[in-house]
Amino acid sequence: MANDLFNSFMTGPDERGRFGDFGGRFVSETLMPLILELEEQYEHAKTDDSFWAEMHDLWTHYVGRPSPLYLAERLTDHLGGAKVYMKRDELNHTGAHKINNVLGQIILARRMGKTRIIAETGAGQHGVATATVCAKFGLKCIVYMGAHDVERQAPNVFRMKLLGAEVVPVTSGRGTLKDAMNDALRDWVTNVRDTFYCIGTVAGPHPYPAMVRDFQSIIGKEVREQMTAAEGRLPDTLIAAIGGGSNAMGLFYPFLDDKDVGIIGVEAGGKGVNAKMEHCASLTGGRPGVLHGNRTYLLQDDDGQILEGFSISAGLDYPGIGPEHAWLHDVGRAQYVAITDKEALEAFQLCCELEGIIPALEPSHALAHVMKIAPELPKDHILCMNMCGRGDKDIFTVAKALGFEMGEFA
Amino acid sequence: MTRIDDKFADLARQGRKAFVSYIMAGDPDFETSLAVVKGLPAAGVDIIELGLPFTDPMADGPTIQLAGQRALEGGMTLQKTLDLARAFREGDQTTPIVLMGYYNPIYSRGVDSFLVAAKDAGIDGLIVVDLPPEEDAELCLPAQAAGLNFIRLATPTTDDKRLPQVVQNTSGFVYYVSITGITGAAEAEAGDVRPEVARIKAASGLPVIVGFGVNTPEKSRAIAAVADGVVVGSAIVSKIAAGDSVGDVLAFVKSLSDGAHSA
Repeated sequence: MANDLFNSFMTGPDERGRFGDFGGRFVSETLMPLILELEEQYEHAKTDDSFWAEMHDLWTHYVGRPSPLYLAERLTDHLGGAKVYMKRDELNHTGAHKINNVLGQIILARRMGKTRIIAETGAGQHGVATATVCAKFGLKCIVYMGAHDVERQAPNVFRMKLLGAEVVPVTSGRGTLKDAMNDALRDWVTNVRDTFYCIGTVAGPHPYPAMVRDFQSIIGKEVREQMTAAEGRLPDTLIAAIGGGSNAMGLFYPFLDDKDVGIIGVEAGGKGVNAKMEHCASLTGGRPGVLHGNRTYLLQDDDGQILEGFSISAGLDYPGIGPEHAWLHDVGRAQYVAITDKEALEAFQLCCELEGIIPALEPSHALAHVMKIAPELPKDHILCMNMCGRGDKDIFTVAKALGFEMGEFA
Repeated sequence: MTRIDDKFADLARQGRKAFVSYIMAGDPDFETSLAVVKGLPAAGVDIIELGLPFTDPMADGPTIQLAGQRALEGGMTLQKTLDLARAFREGDQTTPIVLMGYYNPIYSRGVDSFLVAAKDAGIDGLIVVDLPPEEDAELCLPAQAAGLNFIRLATPTTDDKRLPQVVQNTSGFVYYVSITGITGAAEAEAGDVRPEVARIKAASGLPVIVGFGVNTPEKSRAIAAVADGVVVGSAIVSKIAAGDSVGDVLAFVKSLSDGAHSA
C-alpha cells in the first residue's frame, strides 16, 4: 500500500505548487498575497460538503451533467479498428467543458466576497462561460480577448455582450490568448481588493492548475462510471486536445493511476511542427521556461522571448501548456503528439458527415489523432476522446479554410 | 559591500536622497540607449535601473511594454543588455546598475551562466518582478551568493504578516511599489507612502526607494522627502518614445533628480 501511494501520479502539486520542477508561483509581489488567500480558500472549499453540493446541483440543473458517453458507431466502422467513444462535453450549457471550471471558481469568488470577475479568453468559450455564470449570479464581468481573436470569433464576442459582460480587445503583442492573459493579470494587479481572476485553463500560478484540474475532473470521473456501465471495464486509451490543457487534464486525472489506461494529449501542430514555429505544440516543439505564473514548456526563442503560436483554432493558440502536462510528459505517464490544421479540418468534416456532430476545431485535433491510430488497433480496443466543444463558433473559420463564401448560402 | 551599499553610505553621509532612473536597454536602439545611460550620472542619477526587454511584461503599463517591444524589434537580447552595461562600466566605476526585468530570459540563459556574465559586465543588483520570496531558491539566493544584490519589491498588499518574509533575503535596498497596479498608471500620494516606508525600513533595516506613479520634478521631490529615494521610469521612457534627443531626455532627468535632491 505504501508503495502504491509512493508511485501515485495523483498526489501533485506539492506545497509549493510544483509538479516535479513545473508549476510554482512566479507572480509579482502585489499578487502573491492574493493567490495565497485563494489557495487557503480553495483548500477549505475542497473538503467542504456544502461547496460540492452547490457545484453538483448546478452541474446537474444548469449545465446538464452528466454529459453522455457516446459510442460513435459509424466512425468506428469507417476507421475499421478500435471502438471509438466520445465524451459529449460539447452538450454542456454554453457548448464546451469550460463551464465545469467556471462554476467552481465563481462559487469560490462569491464565498470570498469578490464582486468583480475578470477572465481571459481565446476562442471565447471560457469568456462565454464566465459571462454566463456572472449573469446568473449578478456579478460584474470583464473579459480580456486578443484583438485578433475578437475578429475571428465574432459570434462569441456578441454572446458575451448579450450576457452583460464587457469585452476588452487586447492589442498588445499580436492580440491572442497570451496577450489577453497579460492584460487580465494587469487588471488584477490594479484591482486587488474586489476582483477575482477566473482563469480558464490548468495554467497560471498555484493554485490555479490544481484547482481548475479538480473542477474539470468531473469529466474523467463520469467516464469511469459510464464506461464501466457500457463495457464493464475502463477504456484502453484516452485522447484529448490541448491548448492550456484543461479538458485533457479533466479527462486524464482520474485515470492517472490506472496503469493500463493509455493517455494521449494532442497539441495544435498548426502548419507543422518545424523550425518556423508555425504551431502551438509547446511540448513537441518548445522547452521549459517561466510565463504567466508557472514554469512549463513554452514556445520561445534562444533569448527566452516568448513566441506567438499559430493554429487555426483560437482555443489552442497559446505558447504554453499546463504544468501538470509538462510533468506527465517528462515522467512519461502521458504521450503528447501534434496534429496539423489540415488534419484537424479533415476530422472536423468527417465527424459532421459520419456522426451528425459538428465538433469545435479544438476537439477536431483529438479526433484527427483517433483517425490516425484507430485503424491499426484491434476491434476490442476502446478509445475515448473528449468532444470538449461544439463547432458552431468555428463555422466561419472552417468555411474560409475550405474556400466557401458564406454569402453563397444566403 | 556592493556599489549599491557604497552609494547609500555616501548619500547618508551627505544627507541626500537617492534618485533612481529607469530606462529600457536598447530602446529605441543600442547606441541611443547607451548614450542616455552614459549621461545619467551627470544628470544627477544615483542608481541606474536598466530594463531587460521581455515580450510579456505582466506588471508593466503600455509605456514600458512598448519600450520593450521597440528594443526587441531592434534586436536587443539579454547578452546585448549586459554588453550595454559593460560599455557604460568602462567609463564609470561607481554608479550602481540594477538590472530590472522578468525571469524567463535569465532562466533561459541559465542562472549560473547569467550570474557570472552579469557580475562580469558590472551589474550590481537585480530586480526580477516575477520572483516573489516563495521562489527564492531560483535566483535570489544564488545571486546573493555571487555577490549581487537582490532587490525585492514590497507593495501595498504586503501586510505585516508577510513583510518579514519579503525582506528576509533582500539586500541593497527595498523597492516600494507605491500603488497597486502597473507601471506608469496611477499617482502615488506622499501622505500614503510615508507610513509604509517607515514600516518597511523597520522590518528590513535597508533604505527604501519608492517608485510607480512618479512623473514630475514636484512629485519626485514630494516622494523623496518621505523615503530614502525615488524611482522614475515611465515618464523618462515616454520622452524617449516621443523621439526626444538624448540631450532633451537627460535635461528632463536632471529636472527630476533636482527635485529629489532638493528634498
